[in-house]
Amino acid sequence: MHLSELSIVNFKNIQDANFELSEKVNCFLGNNGAGKTTVLDAIYYLSFCKSFFNPIDSQNIRHDEGYFVLDGKFFLDGESERIFCGLKRNEKKKFKRNQKQYDRLADHIGVIPLVMIAPSDTALIREGSDMRRKFMDGIISQYNKAYLDTLLHYNRLLAQRNAMLKHQWAEGKYDTTSLEVFDEQLHAHGTELHLERKRFLEGYLPIFSNFYQLISGGAEEVNIVYQSQLSEAPLLNLLTEHRKRDYRAQYTTQGIHKDDLEFTIGEYPMKKFGSQGQKKSFVTSLRLAQFDYLKELKQRKPILLLDDIFDKLDDNRVAALMKLVSEDHFGQIFITDANLHRVPDLFKDENVPLKKFVVEKGSIDQL
Amino acid sequence: MELPSKLLEKTVSYFESLPGVGRRTALRYTLQLLKMQKEDALNFGASVIKLVEELGFCSICHNVSDGDICQICAHPKRDTETICVVEDLRDLLAIESTSQYYGVYHVLGGVISPLDGIGPKDLHFESLVSRLAEGTCKEVIFALPSTMEGDTTSFYMFKRLKDFNIKTTSLARGVAVGNELQYTDELTLGRSIQGRLPYDNAMRTF
Ligand SMILES: Nc1ncnc2c1ncn2[C@@H]1O[C@H](COP(=O)(O)OP(=O)(O)O)[C@@H](O)[C@H]1O
Ligand SMILES: [Mg+2]
Ligand SMILES: [Zn+2]
Repeated sequence: MHLSELSIVNFKNIQDANFELSEKVNCFLGNNGAGKTTVLDAIYYLSFCKSFFNPIDSQNIRHDEGYFVLDGKFFLDGESERIFCGLKRNEKKKFKRNQKQYDRLADHIGVIPLVMIAPSDTALIREGSDMRRKFMDGIISQYNKAYLDTLLHYNRLLAQRNAMLKHQWAEGKYDTTSLEVFDEQLHAHGTELHLERKRFLEGYLPIFSNFYQLISGGAEEVNIVYQSQLSEAPLLNLLTEHRKRDYRAQYTTQGIHKDDLEFTIGEYPMKKFGSQGQKKSFVTSLRLAQFDYLKELKQRKPILLLDDIFDKLDDNRVAALMKLVSEDHFGQIFITDANLHRVPDLFKDENVPLKKFVVEKGSIDQL
Repeated sequence: MELPSKLLEKTVSYFESLPGVGRRTALRYTLQLLKMQKEDALNFGASVIKLVEELGFCSICHNVSDGDICQICAHPKRDTETICVVEDLRDLLAIESTSQYYGVYHVLGGVISPLDGIGPKDLHFESLVSRLAEGTCKEVIFALPSTMEGDTTSFYMFKRLKDFNIKTTSLARGVAVGNELQYTDELTLGRSIQGRLPYDNAMRTF
């Protein structure tokens, strides 16, 4: 699968650009603010029906213009597919596949599988456990439809139980029977989710580790540990034991909503002890492993967008990563870099189809 | 839409407060009232007043009732050994209209949903427990919506009732009658497979 031609009109700072792409490596080179990331965002948009960066659609229209248009010609299993998105100010966006407009945007998600690796990914290490659970849940629910359903059910039960705790506390009446009803249901759903997360990490970890080793050249040991209260005891026991405490806290302290993925580097927390380059290598490997899951699921190679990937990585890691993504395991890739020579030099001796574009003030020229 | 009369405005906005009624429809209803025979319109109004002032609830099952005991509870042919627990009047009416049920009811008045401020004590559980304590009832049917809140409520009742020596049952869930399997949603089909029935038993339902 690949994008062969892209036309961008009035999308952020790009006024009018139309270019043909390489099936393998495409790099967008230019100074800060030139519009390199905007090109990747346009491609992202055609896959996810929304911007990676700006969720307010109208703000993606170029200032002082009335609309934007993104039009991509993809090849899927040898067939050409035109994906079109047009947005006029104050109107609903039009999203079309081969001239036919989608009724529901959700129907388009997954047609063009794509993984974006962005500088903001390091938030996965930096921020709270919520982000890491979302990351994990996002991957699992793509291949396991029942998982998402169970998760929504669990979250609703949890919200009901918390509300029940608040009511009981407010009225000064501790009533176990009505809490038990929630506890037993939370137990059933939570246990299912716990097992599924455990199973997921068992499959995901070796793929992740392999990518990390390839990028870092085996320089350090990193690991992901699934942390869950449910590894210690059945959820029902935990909920029962903590019921009185939960009542006082007016909040459910036990369950899979407390799960986390612990990221370590040589036994220590990545967040505190990883260097910036190590963290970047780590999140890049997280995304590449996600790529593998998506590839397996869709039975085709997703498009890979690498935005400012070289920012924090040393020359060895940059070279290792470029070698990795240019292998046949990966498909079409898009890279941005502020340095005009780095990427072309890296591919100089390789026999990899490569197209270079210079981006300057929103205009794009092939080199 | 600005209306040229305060009186008109008031009635329109009351109609508008009803579920499923927008402003245009509310205006249409109001104008229709004005078109009616004056006497009919006055009777309409009086019936609303009478409804609100006089309608009562059955002291046994909490169904709506003109007297102390509702028509169903008072009916000599209804089987008082079976009590069907429903969320509200609408569900009671739906079951009645099947003409397949001869037992009596218990109207809970809602389902447990702490998020909406409804806990067990806001529902008619205690009167159900006292009814069962009398010892006539042999089976309680949980006929609550198949939502998380409905399930939670059934489960709560089940816990509360387990000390009574009474059979508890719940409505069958599964593929709708006349539906093709391939068009049945995954969740329903999944549950139907899990809750499958012995064939001879299932046959009798057709
Ligand atoms: N709606 C818009 N109209 C015009 N310019 C915009 C709009 N939204 C963002 N921009 C500008 O587009 C430029 C391109 O940014 P970006 O693509 O991130 O650059 P880079 O080449 O550094 O990746 C920025 O200067 C940004 O302010
Ligand atoms: Mg950028
Ligand atoms: Zn009654």
